[in-house]
Amino acid sequence: MAGELPTTEFDDIPEELLDELEALAHERTEGHVNMVQLLDEDGRFLNRSHFAERAASLSVDELRALYRDMAMIRRFDAEATALQRQGQLSLWVPVRGQEAAQIGSGRATLPQDYIFPTYREHGVALTRGVELGELLRQFRGVSNGGWDPKENNFHLYTLVLAAQVPHAVGYAMGLQRDASRAAAAGRELPEPAATIAYFGDGASSEGDVHESMVFAASFKAPVVFFCQNNQWAISVPTQVQSRIPLHNRAKGYGFPGLRVDGNDVLAVRAVTEWALERARSGKGPVLIEAYTYRQGAHTTADDPTKYRLTAEEESWLAKDPITRFEKFLRAEGHADEAFFAEVAAEAEALAAKSRRDVLAFEAPSLAAEMQNVYAERHPLVEEELAWHLEYEAGFADADAGADANADTDAAEGGR
Amino acid sequence: MPTMTLAKAINAGLRDALAADEMVMLMGEDIGSLGGVYRVTEGLKAEFGEDRVVDSPLAESGIVGTSIGLSLRGYRPVGEIQFDGFVFPGFNQITTQLAKLHARSRGQLTVPVTIRIPYGGGIGSVEHHSESPEALFAHTAGLRILTPSNPHDGYWMTRQAIECEDPVILFEPKRRYWLKGEVDLEDPGTSADPFRAHIVREGSDATVVAYGPLVPVALAAAEAAAEDGRSVEVVDLRSLSPIDFETVTASVRKTGRLVVAHEAPTFGGLGGEIAARVSERAFLSLEAPVIRVGGFHMPYPVSKVEGQYLPDIDRILEALDRAFAY
Ligand SMILES: Cc1ncc(C[n+]2csc(CCOP(=O)(O)OP(=O)(O)O)c2C)c(N)n1
Repeated sequence: MAGELPTTEFDDIPEELLDELEALAHERTEGHVNMVQLLDEDGRFLNRSHFAERAASLSVDELRALYRDMAMIRRFDAEATALQRQGQLSLWVPVRGQEAAQIGSGRATLPQDYIFPTYREHGVALTRGVELGELLRQFRGVSNGGWDPKENNFHLYTLVLAAQVPHAVGYAMGLQRDASRAAAAGRELPEPAATIAYFGDGASSEGDVHESMVFAASFKAPVVFFCQNNQWAISVPTQVQSRIPLHNRAKGYGFPGLRVDGNDVLAVRAVTEWALERARSGKGPVLIEAYTYRQGAHTTADDPTKYRLTAEEESWLAKDPITRFEKFLRAEGHADEAFFAEVAAEAEALAAKSRRDVLAFEAPSLAAEMQNVYAERHPLVEEELAWHLEYEAGFADADAGADANADTDAAEGGR
Repeated sequence: MPTMTLAKAINAGLRDALAADEMVMLMGEDIGSLGGVYRVTEGLKAEFGEDRVVDSPLAESGIVGTSIGLSLRGYRPVGEIQFDGFVFPGFNQITTQLAKLHARSRGQLTVPVTIRIPYGGGIGSVEHHSESPEALFAHTAGLRILTPSNPHDGYWMTRQAIECEDPVILFEPKRRYWLKGEVDLEDPGTSADPFRAHIVREGSDATVVAYGPLVPVALAAAEAAAEDGRSVEVVDLRSLSPIDFETVTASVRKTGRLVVAHEAPTFGGLGGEIAARVSERAFLSLEAPVIRVGGFHMPYPVSKVEGQYLPDIDRILEALDRAFAY
């Protein structure tokens, strides 16, 4: 009988996990223990990592596509920033500097994986096939979404920090259950899938992240926690959020965590691919800390000169993800001038299209917005909607009346 | 008397409170070097140091919860929540702990914590940056809630909130941060009691009760109504918990009609509470039912249509018309 009761003692950490953690701990770059880097700042390929083989197996077309994605998103980002400056968007959240972290991780996902972004994942959106113009609806103030999350398995942006992270774990638990229900019923198993939760170094301090990691570990959920450590949470540096490298936290929850050079698209792609495969194969979560830098402002409402040093900004410019990858492609003879010119032209076209899209967005009616509050009928909403429509119609009547009697006192038209 | 914006007035209130009592401290996201996203805490870290003006980790439950602990140790923490829509990770600490500790300890413990929350819409912002969640807090016993509508009150309410032995939520109307006005830094005058409502315009035919961001709108509506020969009294509620029902009821006894205007949705909102109390206290003085003007039963809408959602002068005038139709 006693033997059937669950033990209150911890089992030893599984041998397998220990081996994995041990192997990862040997990754070393620039004084960072446990940081995976495959391209140095001059774009030279470093063949010293466990992950090098994955990167080496990419075809020239795949490599070029990584560059193209990064260049496209950088140009799009610049256009959106300009649109905000011209008053066409109420706000923009620039992604400049984080292109490798986003394109590398996004390109490691499979269509059946589900992505939970924050509000800055424009690059990931591109890799998922979301029409980039659609991202601008939210910032134009015509929508709180703008795309169909199910179409590309790319969830809506979440502005409340960390709130999406438990959703990613729950979704992953759902994937897990789908598989076990199918197995129990003798049905064909669904394609293995995983989720990715994106969040920032600042958001890692929120309780939701902690609770998510507890759930993910307890249930071995197929989720990858992808923390983009861009060094700053608005004006607050990472050191205020964590006294140890963030990826080290994973060990405390009982799953692997590692740091990747977030400005190295090859390393990010390889590490994320590994973590996703591991999750899909039932081995549980991984925490990836992509070590990167937000080159611009937090949002267009922010002024980074108030809190950070130019010297720091410049030192990170030297690590720019796109320049680095361009150097690599040129040095290896994978791309020539014509290729880069072609990508630049394509990026210009994307920017022009995004601008056209924004200017063409139509504001919804308040009435339409009211009708989406509930999935089923709701008497209070119906009552308020009816009142609102009648109230607005009163203005139309008053306007019509005023036009018809232009020389009488318009105020008599009432409201 | 200096003239300053509401943001500067609150900044002055915080500065003077920090200078007056070394147990006062500020904590929040980006409140240090940046001076807060609205610059309300600008210059305070430079003046008082990073131990008194603390850039906290990004965790609202942490800000509120540790403020509670600090207050148990005699400190008077002032926590800043960056925006209305981001208070909810800290809502548990505010409603289940901060509000209840005094009662749970049968008066043995006090938790003089102030929580500052910029709230309300009208600034064309994105989701979660324009909400009016005051009723969710007002429903919780143990919290006091203040909201200034002008710089003078902004200065004094900040001082009074910090001095109060009870937890106080200070809802700051963010679209009025740039509103200028005279601030008497020496003498609170009629603002000496933060929990008393102010009659900000006298009238005899109807009363409009408003607070925070809508006070200027209510005043403009009263102005417009005067052109139609209607004398409208405007009450600035100032304190949302407790509510000064004496002043409101006395006004309604005089005018016979009441319109309550707030940005928050009317369903389950403070307007309903005011309507019910006034009906209980002054039913026979009422010439018309109390009419509420407020948000609809929906999430705060996208900015391109917030103009249709937010109570404006016309919405208040329409409500007055309805009251006068009885
Ligand atoms: C719960 C919550 N609190 C505060 C905010 C305001 N806010 C928006 S972004 C941000 C900084 C986030 O930093 P980080 O998580 O590092 O991500 P990054 O923006 O740098 O990508 C803050 C404080 C918010 N959106 N949600």
